[in-house]
Amino acid sequence: MKVWFALLALFALTGARDPILVPEVSQHEVDLQQGFTGTELLLFGAVLTPEGSRAAQDYDIIVVLKGPTQSVVLREKQKVAGIWINAASTELRSAPSYYAIASSRPIADIVDDKTAAIYELGLRWLQLSPIGAIDPDEQARFSSGLVDLNRRNGLYREQERGVTVKEQVLYQARIELPSRVPTGMYTAETFAVSKGRVVASASSQVEVRKLGIERAIANFAENYGFAYGLLAVFVSVAMGWLAGRLFALI
Amino acid sequence: MDVYLPIANLSVNGFIIVGLGALTGVLSGMFGVGGGFLTTPLMIFYGIPPTVAAASAASQVTGASVSGVFAHTRRGGVDYQMGAVMVAGGIIGTGLGSLLFTVLEQLGQIDTVINILYVVLLGSIGGLMAKESILSIRAERSGIPIAARKRRHHPMVASLPMRWRFYRSGLYISPLAPLLLGIGTGILTMLMGIGGGFVLVPAMLYILGMSANVVVGTSLFQILFVTMATTMMHALTTHAVDIVLASLLLLGSVSGAQVGAQFAQKASPVKLRLILAIIVLLVAGRMALGLGYRPDEIYTVAPL
Repeated sequence: MKVWFALLALFALTGARDPILVPEVSQHEVDLQQGFTGTELLLFGAVLTPEGSRAAQDYDIIVVLKGPTQSVVLREKQKVAGIWINAASTELRSAPSYYAIASSRPIADIVDDKTAAIYELGLRWLQLSPIGAIDPDEQARFSSGLVDLNRRNGLYREQERGVTVKEQVLYQARIELPSRVPTGMYTAETFAVSKGRVVASASSQVEVRKLGIERAIANFAENYGFAYGLLAVFVSVAMGWLAGRLFALI
Repeated sequence: MDVYLPIANLSVNGFIIVGLGALTGVLSGMFGVGGGFLTTPLMIFYGIPPTVAAASAASQVTGASVSGVFAHTRRGGVDYQMGAVMVAGGIIGTGLGSLLFTVLEQLGQIDTVINILYVVLLGSIGGLMAKESILSIRAERSGIPIAARKRRHHPMVASLPMRWRFYRSGLYISPLAPLLLGIGTGILTMLMGIGGGFVLVPAMLYILGMSANVVVGTSLFQILFVTMATTMMHALTTHAVDIVLASLLLLGSVSGAQVGAQFAQKASPVKLRLILAIIVLLVAGRMALGLGYRPDEIYTVAPL
């Protein structure tokens, strides 16, 4: 009821003709803990006319889930004197740690390249911000290398037709998070596109975090290195000793 | 059984890791080596980040050597004086190794260096062991015993200044020699996540010329303390010790070590050495192929 009221109010205030997106994510917190082997997020919602009724036209929906960006060094192996070693590298200031995009049709059919580049719609259009002067060919080679690497890790995903739209109102997309998903604040963005123009967008947040004992261990290792090391040494000596004792009994 | 590793940041099948630990444990029980030379590459192969693999393998070696040290202590097979000198060297070595690790990591060459070290070390030592055990098997068959090697330290060791008496090892040599040896294995332990037993034992026999009945016990003693120091060093610098991963490995390896020790009592030592040599050479060969073939993935990412 509240939502409808808010939508009505919004319409009354703006009077815009653009549709309204009401997005939702199946869970706003993803907890990494024992038993976590990856999960699937359901990004869903509704497209409505400003009046709050069903949109009487087909919109294309694009859903993007993006993890926090990192500064990284990307290294490339080349064959030098018969062995493969890291021979070239580039530094990227804003490589997303996770990026998944799903759309109701292939991106290239929905928007032109310029729009795709502006909204970073697709792995081709990621803004990686390389540091220093790099010639475009080399830059393209490195970014496709990064994309390829992370695709294999399951951290970069592209699902054409991953979004289903029902009755011109409800849309939904399933996006997978693998077990090696990095922690941090993720943004889930939804775009409604009509005739190649992004007419509405909305975003919400998903927090990926370690919980319970896993979080305690990670914090302990990061902040109390000495005590953590002692604990690790103690555990290994104790287990070795105990095993010796137990087997002596048999 | 899926287990989430909080430091490696991924989830693994716990049984596989325990099994991996058990496999190396059996080897360490049978052959008296730490087994780190197998654990680290296998973990990397399984998808665990190399730094985490090397850091956590060290604590597995600690666990596997504890019961060995106790056993050798009981029968007086540890030269504590020699051991202490080598442990001191080992701790200096882990410090140097950690510096080297950081520098190589910044250069992006750590993986290559580790791989080359593996190929060279495992290849040469595996080759030596294989040659020696084949010779002794032949000698056994033909009935002509090989002339016993004179136990004597290397001439270079004799030229070092300052001499100490090491009673249990039956030596009067400069403490700098075992100190340097300790430093070397400390560096290797830090870089490769191995205990260094398979480097130490031949070096103690043929370079230092220690008497054979204290070699294994003393090397285990040194490995125990140096892997402890390595774990501490990793915990302080790389923060890459995954205690969950290490515990799983330990669970497998400490029980595997006991089983392996039972096996070792029944099998002939010469054949055991040949089997170990073959395993070592296989690992070296696999790594050499890995260096030469085009890898599946030629790009790697590291945080800036």
